[in-house]
Amino acid sequence: MPNDECRLTGTQPPADAQSTIDNRQSKIPRVGVFVCHCGINIAGVVKIPELLERVGTMSGVVVTKDYKYCCSDPGQQMIRDSIKSDKLDRVIVACCSPTLHETTFRNACGEAGLNPYLCEIANIREQCAWVTADKDEATTKACGIVRTTLTKVVHDQPLEALTVPINKRALVVGAGIAGIQAALDIANAGYEVVLVEKEPSIGGHMAQLSETFPTLDCSQCILTPRTVETGRHPKIRLMTYSEIDSVSGYVGNFKVKVRQKARYVDFKTCTGCGACLEKCPGRTESWFERGLVRGKAIYRLLPQAVPNRPVIDAKACIYLTKGKCGVCAKVCPTGAIRYDDTDKFVEEEVGAIVLATGYELFDATKLGSYGVGRVPDVIDGLAFERLLSASGPTSGDVKRPSDGKVPKKIVFVQCAGSRDSTTGMPYCSKICCMYTAKQAILYRHRVHDGQATICYIDVRTPGKGFEEFYKRATDDGIQYLRGKVSKIFREGDKVMVWASDTLAGRKVELEADMVVLATAVVANPDGVALARKLKTQIDAHGFMTEAHPKLRPVETLTAGFFLAGCGQGPKDIPETVAQASAAAAKVLAMFGNTRLTHSPTTAEVDEEICVGCGYCERTCAYDAVKVDPARKKAAVNAALCEGCGACAVACPSGAMTHKNFTKKAIFEMADQF
Amino acid sequence: MADYEPKIVGFLCNWCTYAGADLAGTSRMQYPPNMRPIRVMCSGAVDSVYILRALLEGADGVFMGGCHPGDCHYVSGNYKARRRMVLFNSVMQSLGLESDRVWLRWISAAEGRKFADTITEMTEHLQKKGPSPFKEKWEV
Repeated sequence: MPNDECRLTGTQPPADAQSTIDNRQSKIPRVGVFVCHCGINIAGVVKIPELLERVGTMSGVVVTKDYKYCCSDPGQQMIRDSIKSDKLDRVIVACCSPTLHETTFRNACGEAGLNPYLCEIANIREQCAWVTADKDEATTKACGIVRTTLTKVVHDQPLEALTVPINKRALVVGAGIAGIQAALDIANAGYEVVLVEKEPSIGGHMAQLSETFPTLDCSQCILTPRTVETGRHPKIRLMTYSEIDSVSGYVGNFKVKVRQKARYVDFKTCTGCGACLEKCPGRTESWFERGLVRGKAIYRLLPQAVPNRPVIDAKACIYLTKGKCGVCAKVCPTGAIRYDDTDKFVEEEVGAIVLATGYELFDATKLGSYGVGRVPDVIDGLAFERLLSASGPTSGDVKRPSDGKVPKKIVFVQCAGSRDSTTGMPYCSKICCMYTAKQAILYRHRVHDGQATICYIDVRTPGKGFEEFYKRATDDGIQYLRGKVSKIFREGDKVMVWASDTLAGRKVELEADMVVLATAVVANPDGVALARKLKTQIDAHGFMTEAHPKLRPVETLTAGFFLAGCGQGPKDIPETVAQASAAAAKVLAMFGNTRLTHSPTTAEVDEEICVGCGYCERTCAYDAVKVDPARKKAAVNAALCEGCGACAVACPSGAMTHKNFTKKAIFEMADQF
Repeated sequence: MADYEPKIVGFLCNWCTYAGADLAGTSRMQYPPNMRPIRVMCSGAVDSVYILRALLEGADGVFMGGCHPGDCHYVSGNYKARRRMVLFNSVMQSLGLESDRVWLRWISAAEGRKFADTITEMTEHLQKKGPSPFKEKWEV
């Protein structure tokens, strides 16, 4: 700006320096401004000598210095020396973004005896030198940015970082393979873990799978040792058939209320003999078997369930709905049936929470033209896993649902709801290419003369041994047809598939005995609801958002919550396990400390002004502000306060202040023109 | 008015728009130097009086950037900012003041291009409009 005079207005300490809010020392501040060249990144555009000269005339600035790389050891030493020799009580470093080196320079100031919160960064690289080509314009803008920062720094108060104790117990939500792995890693390091699972037994979707790609090892065989270890681990408190009711508190000190659903079976008395399972006449939909068979009202998910105890589905139980029957109670040799069971609430205190809430499959009935729900022989990938599984409803024989015949021709449809922003989800579900290849191979293992056709858009095999596995599928005589499927319908006892072959440039009509859809992986709806309850971030599709997509992939922006597994995004088993161990490592890194530090730029109340109107309390998203009804004064719980500043804006009387973001400071920063 | 350069005060939320502005820099996307950034923790922490004050003290425009709806680092701060802006705009309009001098935009940490484009667009918009009449009105 040509008419910029670089003058500093209104930054002199106020006359009423004794005011309770603004009690900074009444003397004139002594600010040192250190300008970094960043090699030629800043110095190549911003005229450093001119900037130093103009900044040097600003009120409060007693020393200006420049250096090629301020973040280097000699650069930091220059700042430390200057703080002592020039008796500085405020420091500005004009350099790169504060996200990069704010901590570096604040620590350097702390080493020289200056309170770290009296050091501010003027971002003249990312937001000036790199975005402005004209040297004069860049120099003027840099000057303006330093001046704004100067206005802030003279208002800054010395602050002490808060520390809070850590409760070294962890909560893991979800006991699929992600939750199991995280729980075992934390427990094996010697810390207690509360593992909460909403289903009656642990293992998650992995327990439904037949064999796993690309090694074709049996899912049960690799999972059950882990589930058994989890069930027996002295440090793991397993709470199955339970859900998170509420979470309060803050990192290091969460209070969790867990709702244990009524099981109607006393787990301590029950021996898991299974007599009740044989006799129960009640029938219901089986989630675990994907609707392929009707389940019983008293059930366990699988014979190797951990814990190996059944529960009663109250909606399907004849005794609980009609008051007659009671067969299970009659046959139970230990008298473990409790028809009067109710939901119980258990309170747990933990320091860290791992969210491993997992995935569900996209509701394929939304893909109207694919015939799901109308054509019985169109099933999804997980249902086909149950058909392939030795412990499934057909004991591993591939039989189609409609008439139990062995299908001689199966069409596999990939991207059913994935990569489809019109009716499905816009993203790639990542695992379908591989599991479809696996299912086709396994089908051919079971039905030697069976024909498998896979309709695909692209085949994506980025993983160790994945491309080789895909090659194995094509070499095995499995037909790959490139093109999207437009319609699936029934004709006689056949299922017709209309597709296109984009490589040959023609439409095709396929006649099949059965169709398997590789439906999109979506975030588990219960996980989405939980994320909303916990106020942790989710993306547009309900997947939980990591703190940084590259550098903080298992943390969330809410301190103390960590992510593992498909709740964060679609991924295969090895990746899930790796991420779960990473989340456990983050929890353990936290538990390695005795206390946690918390940013001190929180809200604070001036009780002399506060009238207890409660606007702040209603504004706060963290329950950090509470009004004492007797005293009619608001109080901030600094450990809960995340320092957003919303309450300070909501406060009609000006009693609430956001530390180091005071209204006075921002007013003056806005006055800069 | 050939040499008129609008002055813009920008309130950038720390988690999204400030990071978006950093990304614009890292990607070397050029935009006019008319905006002076002020880093705030959240768009929900920008009081309407900050905007008024900036306008009265000589800014030709005020830019406010926050996280996209649903993405607020502080759960709901951007919704608070949005509600406040609706009210603020209606007050401005009822007083016959130009509400298009105050822009609220959602710019995520991944949207460096959008940040650069928005600042360019706003600068050009204010260039066309001419200097803000606010500051003169306070000459008694």
